[in-house]
Amino acid sequence: MLDAKIPSGSLDDKWTDYKGHCKLVNPANKRKLEVIVVGTGLAGASAAASLGELGYKVKAFCYQDSPRRAHSIAAQGGINAAKNYQNDGDSVFRLFYDTIKGGDYRAREANVHRLAEVSGNIIDQCVAQGVPFAREYGGLLSNRSFGGTQVQRTFYAAGQTGQQLLIGAYQALERQVALGNVKMYPRHEMLEVVKIDDKARGIIARNLVTGELERHFGHAVLLCTGGYGNVFYLSTNAMGCNVTAAWKAHKDGAAFANPCFTQIHPTCIPVSGDHQSKLTLMSESLRNDGRIWVPKKKNDERKAIDIPEEERDYYLERRYPAFGNLVPRDVASRAAKERCDEGYGVGTSKQAVYLDFADAIVRYGKIEAGKEGNDQMSIEDIIVLGKEVVKEKYGNLFDMYEKITGENPYEFPMRIYPAVHYTMGGLWVDYELQTTVKGLYCLGEANFSDHGANRLGASALMQGLADGYFVIPYTLGNNLADDIYSKAIETTHPAFAAAEKVASERIQKLMNIKGKQSVESFHKRLGKIIWDKCGMARNEKGLQEAIKEVQALKNEFWSDVRIPGEINEMNPELDKANRVADFIELGELMCIDALNRNESCGGHFREEYQTEDGEALRDDANYMYVAAWEYKAEHEWTLHKEPLIYDVVKPSQRSYK
Amino acid sequence: MEHYNMNLTVKVWRQKNSKDKGGFVSYQVTDISSEMSFLEMIDVLNEKLIVEGGEPIAFDHDCREGICGQCSLYINGKPHGPWMANTTCQLHMRAFKDGDTIVVEPWRAGAFPVIKDLMVDRSAFDRIIQAGGYISVNTGNAVDGNSLPINKDHADASFAAAMCIGCGACVAACKNSSAMLFLSAKVSHLVLLPQGEPERKSRVLNMVAQMDKEGFGACTNTGACEATCPKEISISNIARLNKEYLFSSLTSDK
Repeated sequence: MLDAKIPSGSLDDKWTDYKGHCKLVNPANKRKLEVIVVGTGLAGASAAASLGELGYKVKAFCYQDSPRRAHSIAAQGGINAAKNYQNDGDSVFRLFYDTIKGGDYRAREANVHRLAEVSGNIIDQCVAQGVPFAREYGGLLSNRSFGGTQVQRTFYAAGQTGQQLLIGAYQALERQVALGNVKMYPRHEMLEVVKIDDKARGIIARNLVTGELERHFGHAVLLCTGGYGNVFYLSTNAMGCNVTAAWKAHKDGAAFANPCFTQIHPTCIPVSGDHQSKLTLMSESLRNDGRIWVPKKKNDERKAIDIPEEERDYYLERRYPAFGNLVPRDVASRAAKERCDEGYGVGTSKQAVYLDFADAIVRYGKIEAGKEGNDQMSIEDIIVLGKEVVKEKYGNLFDMYEKITGENPYEFPMRIYPAVHYTMGGLWVDYELQTTVKGLYCLGEANFSDHGANRLGASALMQGLADGYFVIPYTLGNNLADDIYSKAIETTHPAFAAAEKVASERIQKLMNIKGKQSVESFHKRLGKIIWDKCGMARNEKGLQEAIKEVQALKNEFWSDVRIPGEINEMNPELDKANRVADFIELGELMCIDALNRNESCGGHFREEYQTEDGEALRDDANYMYVAAWEYKAEHEWTLHKEPLIYDVVKPSQRSYK
Repeated sequence: MEHYNMNLTVKVWRQKNSKDKGGFVSYQVTDISSEMSFLEMIDVLNEKLIVEGGEPIAFDHDCREGICGQCSLYINGKPHGPWMANTTCQLHMRAFKDGDTIVVEPWRAGAFPVIKDLMVDRSAFDRIIQAGGYISVNTGNAVDGNSLPINKDHADASFAAAMCIGCGACVAACKNSSAMLFLSAKVSHLVLLPQGEPERKSRVLNMVAQMDKEGFGACTNTGACEATCPKEISISNIARLNKEYLFSSLTSDK
């Protein structure tokens, strides 16, 4: 079932050779070929724009009111590229190697190498579009370092890199809309894939304003619908982020790979109460200057500033002297959980650790004083100068923290705790980004391919744009070249009618339950099960319980959910019900996958498999494979294994000590 | 920070669809924590409405971290509520006290028709961007990112304008429903960069023409847009827009 179609030849040459030999579609034929793009974040907008530029007839769909809202916009820290502008030893190979190692040797070498190869082109393209990256006084691009790496390869636009990249892609997309190459369908949600002769040939989408179901034909369908972090209810995802399109594709034959690989980000603002609807990330770049600590004494009730230096435990610096506060996300998250579980947590909930800028403020203040040639400056004045520097670098993040918590982070250390942030798992795709359904492609976070079991910081933006700008324009053409004789199929075809009927009946069924509990309440309960039992740490017993609980929750949902309003109108509760129903089914598969994987790797930490000092213990002999699940029937999946073969990198115990 | 709970009266604009006339409905909400966000307070109210058999209030929101621009709401007569430089989703309930009455309305502007309750249609903004809010560069055309040094001050000023989230608060705040701050932010973002130079004249002329076509009002320099902008986009961008427009009108080759 799984043919990854990795080109032969040496790793360095695979992508070049592929591009040199793939089939092309001539411009006159491109005009006859229609492509559907679902989702308009970095992957979707860049794909839709690039394919429109090439001359394909593109239809793009998003659930938001405008493509500019997609949640790529919230990425803060930056985007990696192997430019080596800083002369600090970076290269395509090193970016490739860091990404493979960061992913704990669970990603495909060929895909990751291609990602590193095109990383530089992405920066060039974005600069040309007018993305205002941070610059040095000489006018050249600025870089910073990011968690899990030792070179400065991250390009950024203050703390709003995702926003600026998305606006660049959005503008390119709107340009194609104006030129008539792309037709945009905002406030639409895909509810079914339409397959004809085993090929994806269109979708059923619901117009969220009128509630009508619409049929759309495409010679190919691209899903660029982001991750499924909202299965946890509380996550840093936007409220509308969902798995529905990917899940419908899965139930229609697309294998779902490594669903249990989810990333818990170490630096988020902690939960403040039961009312909480979402979590907010504080960029990982804060770990460049902030120091993370907890009190050395359990249940210490003192205020942070009253705890003297010698009674603080800078546990990351203690455990990982080589990387310190810059260890990768999975390692930093688990270390925070470990301290809190042991009773050293801080704040009212005790589920938080401190992120402290006091040292950085003094350090920067001294540098500023030195610039003024004043080595007699008082510590108070040094702190004033230092705060200015910190404000310049992280001002927007500090402001955000203060708005949410009501505390001033310039005066008191911030409280942070890990939160669900990204999902490495997703639809299985081959080297061409095609799923196991022919004609159905998956790009960006929605696919599984590049980050293995853990994603490094500043790599998500890179992957989304690599897939959309530089990979799919080649790989799609290679497949559509065989389709130039296929005329557009009328949407009166029985396959469209059948798919629409499935979507329509499901909506009817949901509306007719007329139970007592809100969609939101089910979503919260699902999130709690998955967070408690398939979150930062998992074990066999918990996962077995979780599977039963999720199955029971599904029954309860389908017999007692209450959806107000009508079908044929704007009905956000119905939209949400459609999504939560799919999250529940995905939740079960995540637990099954986590249970199957009897090892710890990256973001997947099975308590039974750890070293003596609590580090993740991989089992390369038995689990060096991609777990791709084929949907069979309710509660029933078949596991297909894609072995991971490392020709170039030699897998080793990941050490950041 | 001291936490407290409060009971509030919320007067909300309810409108079934674009054809319905609509009107205010008052609701009581109890035990609202000062730590909640404003939208979480609406979530609590909606949960109550659903369980009691009513219809929840429809409102736009997505990222809930102040960056996507999808949330809106006119709160007590101010777009995005009482805090400066803030979006509705980042407004927290400690801005209010026990016993307060809060009035919540949708954006009011002819170019932003109401879809339902507090949701409006802002697709006019997308069409303004389509008229020229981009740099025409196809994928693959680019030269090396460092081949063209850009003065840091210009790059920073461009970035400051590019921070616009397209929420529409500027239009909602303006007595003329003018979209000049939104448009000027995009023109400034692109004109301050050398990459934006080739399309400098056509961009501003086409975007302004589209803005007028959408039915946005004229600018009379009252400054309400700048005062309400969650991203503090400066009104000096409007001055730059006017300069660009005048210059382009006088010198355009077409």
